[in-house]
Amino acid sequence: MEKVYVCGVGATPISEHWEFSLRDLMVEAASRALNDSKLSKKDIEAVYIGNMSSGVLQGQEHLGSLFTTWFGIPGVSAQKCEAACASGGVAFHQAFLAVASGVYDCVLALGVEKMSDANTYDVTSALIMADDQDYVAFTGVSFVGLNALIYRRYMEKFNVKQEDIALFAVHDHKYAVNNPLAQYRKAITIDTVLNSPVVADPIRLLECAPIGDGAAAILLCSEDLVKKIEKDNVIEVVGSAAATDILSLHNRKDLVTLNATKIAVRKALQMANIEIKDVDIVELHDAFTILGVIHLEDLGFAKKGEGWKLVKEGEIEKDGKIPVNMMGGLKARGHPVGATGIYEIIDLVTQLRGEAGKNQVDDAEIGLAQNVGGVGGTVTVNILKRIR
Amino acid sequence: MNVFASSVSRVWREQKYKYRLLGGECKGCGTRFYPYRRHCYICGSEDVKIIELPRKGRLITYTIIYSPPSDFHLQQPYIVGIVELDDGTRVLAQVTDIHPEEVKNGLRVEAVFRKYREQGEDGIIEYGIKFRPSLK
Amino acid sequence: MKVSDVSIVGYGAYIPMYRIKDAEIARVWGRDPKRVPIEEKSVPGPDEDSLTIAVEATLNALKRAKIPKEKIGAILVGSESPPYAVKPSATVLAEVIGVNRIVAVDMEFACRAGTTAIQSIIGMVSSGMIEAGIAIGTDTAQGRPGDELEFTAAAGAASFVISKKGSEDIAVFEGSFSYITDTPDFWRREGQRFPRHAYRFTGEPAYFRHIYNAAKGLMEELGLRPSDFSHVVFHQPNVKFPLRIASRLGFSKEQLKHGLLSGYVGNTYAAASLIGLANVLDNSSVGERILVVSFGSGAGSDAFSLVVEDGIEAKRDLAPKVFDYINRKKYVDYSFYSKFRKNIAIR
Repeated sequence: MEKVYVCGVGATPISEHWEFSLRDLMVEAASRALNDSKLSKKDIEAVYIGNMSSGVLQGQEHLGSLFTTWFGIPGVSAQKCEAACASGGVAFHQAFLAVASGVYDCVLALGVEKMSDANTYDVTSALIMADDQDYVAFTGVSFVGLNALIYRRYMEKFNVKQEDIALFAVHDHKYAVNNPLAQYRKAITIDTVLNSPVVADPIRLLECAPIGDGAAAILLCSEDLVKKIEKDNVIEVVGSAAATDILSLHNRKDLVTLNATKIAVRKALQMANIEIKDVDIVELHDAFTILGVIHLEDLGFAKKGEGWKLVKEGEIEKDGKIPVNMMGGLKARGHPVGATGIYEIIDLVTQLRGEAGKNQVDDAEIGLAQNVGGVGGTVTVNILKRIR
Repeated sequence: MNVFASSVSRVWREQKYKYRLLGGECKGCGTRFYPYRRHCYICGSEDVKIIELPRKGRLITYTIIYSPPSDFHLQQPYIVGIVELDDGTRVLAQVTDIHPEEVKNGLRVEAVFRKYREQGEDGIIEYGIKFRPSLK
Repeated sequence: MKVSDVSIVGYGAYIPMYRIKDAEIARVWGRDPKRVPIEEKSVPGPDEDSLTIAVEATLNALKRAKIPKEKIGAILVGSESPPYAVKPSATVLAEVIGVNRIVAVDMEFACRAGTTAIQSIIGMVSSGMIEAGIAIGTDTAQGRPGDELEFTAAAGAASFVISKKGSEDIAVFEGSFSYITDTPDFWRREGQRFPRHAYRFTGEPAYFRHIYNAAKGLMEELGLRPSDFSHVVFHQPNVKFPLRIASRLGFSKEQLKHGLLSGYVGNTYAAASLIGLANVLDNSSVGERILVVSFGSGAGSDAFSLVVEDGIEAKRDLAPKVFDYINRKKYVDYSFYSKFRKNIAIR
């Protein structure tokens, strides 16, 4: 297996980009990544594009060829990867495999989602496509609703109060203040969170990642190419894994554990030859506050039922035991569905490069990004390490 | 309207599993699940028997939807929950004939045949199983 | 028409949970709340229609019937408020039960559609064409907002599994009689949402004439008198009419008691006399004779005479009883009633 390095990153801010189309966003992110890398268009040999809902919300498929045409790299291999909200992480994993296999030296992993052209009801219909259309979407449950089923179960099983779980949203907003790309850059209080409207009982509006548009891109390259471009800081992708779980909650035995996280993190750690305690910073997929808590447990940072304690006791803060979501997480940085997996990794890279400003975690050397599709139907875990 | 989910043939194809609560019982590992599928999702065995699931159970978790998908937008608020049937099989369904404020975990419920949605004023009607508080 | 060796082996009813008080309807339309025909009526929930309520009544009937589904040769659904103008409810019912090799068809004759279905099933069983069949009367009646009938147009269903006389019969048919004329007392034109009626014309020339003639005709043919019956059930568009026809025919209030439910739930149209029959069965004793006379506008009446058999004792408690549903209720105000009945213009 060849070594794989990050040689360029770039992303658009996350917002309701009324002026920019899906293709505009893809091209912008790719351009920024390319500039960051100091490589040129002709160096790109393959592209993997993570996206969940371009078909249903934009009437647009075939993003691979659309991108290479609009970006001006005709002939290059390019395809869409889809795994619901884990599409970005999966695109990155595919790009990693493409370089690690030795077939390609320079591969672009891109994630994009354009959600604001559709009204909220239609977006809600699109998002539930992450679960079984015939037997789950059929009931009228929304994606938020599925997570609410987990939330209620968790609170009852472990006797945990909502206000302790909802703290995750407060945490994310605090760090998004210093992230220029973030969708929401204002701090919020726990009272504001708990008093926001109920979306699917018990989940409140401010416990949910927002709907927004964005695109993010990462260029991955081989050892040979990295040596040629002489970068100051070298970041290697030391672990990359993907796993699936039983698609629907009602078919699983345990409603409060995402098995796919456990499998993916184990495989990724194994590939990286490290243990979870070696990880310095984490980007996890807190589309809802309850997921933030559960991921801390499934990744191995806390015992089942105790993830919320890490939040309450400040252990996930910048100077805590395990800094988490240091650039705003899904709640505040934003969650343009198919792009999130890439944004997470870029947030890690920013930290590992020492470019995180006020949010900088000291001596961040190893970072882990977890990206989740559906209610854990797919999970990717990618581990990055600063080499120098 | 959700164009792709609402194909007539697609609704028709899944009908009998929804009308009769037909699940599967894997002869390989014994798992019972809903809906029926030919390959067991636990052990991969293709020896799955089609079974009529029990009609009573209890609610083990639920939510109240206030921000529905487009087809359900006039129905809010409605209750969706996971029911654990008396044989241990779990089903996701709406909980009906009860006020959102009255629902709680552990509620004894029974299966009833109800309308889930209409495909507009002139389209077909989609029926399925919901659960209501047990009469007795 | 004499009937031999045909019995009811299973019965079931269903009434939706919601109720609206007539006083509330009166409030909205500026009528005197003290001068309303009944106390309250049943309202189907937003996820119910005449098909879903027929399903529950039928599943109840099948619980009591205890016959294998392969023995069912026909399902006939009588309703004037089916969810589709073209696409029968009977086939959905068959799918729910899990049978294909049967006769499945919908019938219409206003409030008499349920007993019309019973007539046909009796015929099919008697002739040996089928071993057993299911006859259902179901309606979620369309009450025109602001009209007199809005005070009583309700929702309910009753289902009867009828088969060749056997060892576990609930009640055996002695005879049936039908009386019809072309009488336009109440009608609904194709494409119209709500029916129209001819006010007081719906009384003597319609309801009273046909019930009188059907009841008299049956009793004459069977050589029976009112005193031979323990229970009598009439179609019940309100409470006044059944009381008056009972008296005119020579029946007492006592005989009417279990069969008259309109005061609790309103007029359930094709299910009305049949839910009354179900409640009589819930409360009857072996050997008692029952007279059921329906009335459907257009117009016609079916009359049946039945005698309760041994099977009732063991079977009565196998499914919810009529009063289990009557006692299960939640009130809605006129705004929610209108929303549930889709009387509020949408889009």
